[in-house]
Amino acid sequence: MERCIITVVGKDKVGIIANVCTYLADNQINILDISQTIVQDFFNMMMIVDVVKVDKPFETVVSELKKLGEDIGVNVRLQHEDIFNRMHRI
Amino acid sequence: MINFFEVNETNKMIDQENLDVRTITLGINLLDCSDSNLEELKKKIYNKITTTARDLVKVGKEIETQYGIPIVNKRISITPISLVAHFDNEEAYVSIAETLDKAAKEVGVNFIGGFSALVSKGMTRSDRMLMNSIPKALAKTERVCSSVNVGSTKTGINMDAVKMIGRIIKETAVLTQDKDSIGCAKFVVFCNAPDDNPFMAGAFHGVTEYDAVINVGVSGPGVVKKALESARGADFGELCETIKKTAFKITRVGQLVAMEASKKLGIPFGIIDLSLAPTPAIGDSIADILEEIGVEYAGAPGTTAALALLNDQVKKGGAMASSYVGGLSGAFIPVSEDQGMIKAATIGALTIEKLEAMSCVCSVGLDMVAIPGDTKETTISGIIADEMAIGMINQKTTAVRIIPVIGKKVGDSAEFGGLLGYAPIMPVNPYSCDRFIARGGRIPAPIHSYKN
Repeated sequence: MERCIITVVGKDKVGIIANVCTYLADNQINILDISQTIVQDFFNMMMIVDVVKVDKPFETVVSELKKLGEDIGVNVRLQHEDIFNRMHRI
Repeated sequence: MINFFEVNETNKMIDQENLDVRTITLGINLLDCSDSNLEELKKKIYNKITTTARDLVKVGKEIETQYGIPIVNKRISITPISLVAHFDNEEAYVSIAETLDKAAKEVGVNFIGGFSALVSKGMTRSDRMLMNSIPKALAKTERVCSSVNVGSTKTGINMDAVKMIGRIIKETAVLTQDKDSIGCAKFVVFCNAPDDNPFMAGAFHGVTEYDAVINVGVSGPGVVKKALESARGADFGELCETIKKTAFKITRVGQLVAMEASKKLGIPFGIIDLSLAPTPAIGDSIADILEEIGVEYAGAPGTTAALALLNDQVKKGGAMASSYVGGLSGAFIPVSEDQGMIKAATIGALTIEKLEAMSCVCSVGLDMVAIPGDTKETTISGIIADEMAIGMINQKTTAVRIIPVIGKKVGDSAEFGGLLGYAPIMPVNPYSCDRFIARGGRIPAPIHSYKN
């Protein structure tokens, strides 16, 4: 298992989750956990995903997700979970 | 389990508060390149650098994408050239500098440090040749950085070298006067220089190091400033606690990047330099932190105490985040690279004398200070001697990176571009130290150096 974090932030609209999840399914990225809130019309989602089966290079997935976000008007970011583990856990 | 709040906090630090890893510096030992034939030597140096650092920039970019954290600079430090090359003419050293520049361009790093000499006690012939070649070497190259260690607590201060450097700085300024004397921004004088410093212009690969090593310098003044905003009005205990926690988080990111780079390049990890390093960007300033702590401008009464506190807390927080901490570690106070410092120097709140006092309690010393172009060589040597003395007596690293901007005077400002920023020309004490510098010789090591 190789866990990564996807964050999606932007103005709420119909189909954000569907778009992101379709991309993940198409690329064999498994979703382990999702949490999502709407704060003052702003859509905030965090997903923990497993990227072990994806066959594209990591930077391609990062840029494709970014592009997908731009197309639907939100900010999508994929990062390896280690940065959060290191920063916030002793 | 990672939670939403933590992920948001990290990403906010990166997006809005300028959190970055300032530099991955690959140290390369060049001692095995030594050769009495100049062409052979240059070939060996070029080959060793371009082979060892071949993947440095690529790996740096990979790590950036993997964690979503910007890594601003990828750099190289090398064994001080005066230890590798032994020639009878200065031109040979200039051509070595040009080879280094070419190698740096080939592998895509923005600076290569180590056109250096270590002369804290005495100068060899190659030290002297290299030092004399510095003005030309810096004028003819773009990415080469140079440094000279002129003193240490154990040896005292080599005043012959200090005297020479006054002239060298002046010559460098003249040779690069068309670009606001930028050559001087690539040259540092040290006392007690560390062997593992990843920050330019003073980086070199010391003789105590591995064949090759990865050192990482972290940054993040903006993050500390932001954290302190939430502690406004709190007492010093709470203030320190806030800085410590933030420094811990920043350093952990550096540690992660360092370990990953070391793994991917197959080169051992050396140290994390847990420093707060500013940039000229708004919101990435040490002076802003000092103001947040409670002084009106950097340089106002209270500044030295505020800086001492900041520096100490950064080290305390960072020390827990990485077991191998080294380099200079603390808070940098360059003038031209820090928006708040530029502002303070422009209005006269910050003077060279106050900077000197501040350097007693923090990393480095007089850094990126622009002074009038007609400042005398001996005055520059005098300023250097003062700063070196602080380092020698207090058993700490101090440095001077001072730029006499040819053709400019107090009231003007000098533009260095990019990360080097811009600076107002600061007034220099007009009284002479000619007779002091003319003495030459060596200032003996202080009594507390005899610890055996």
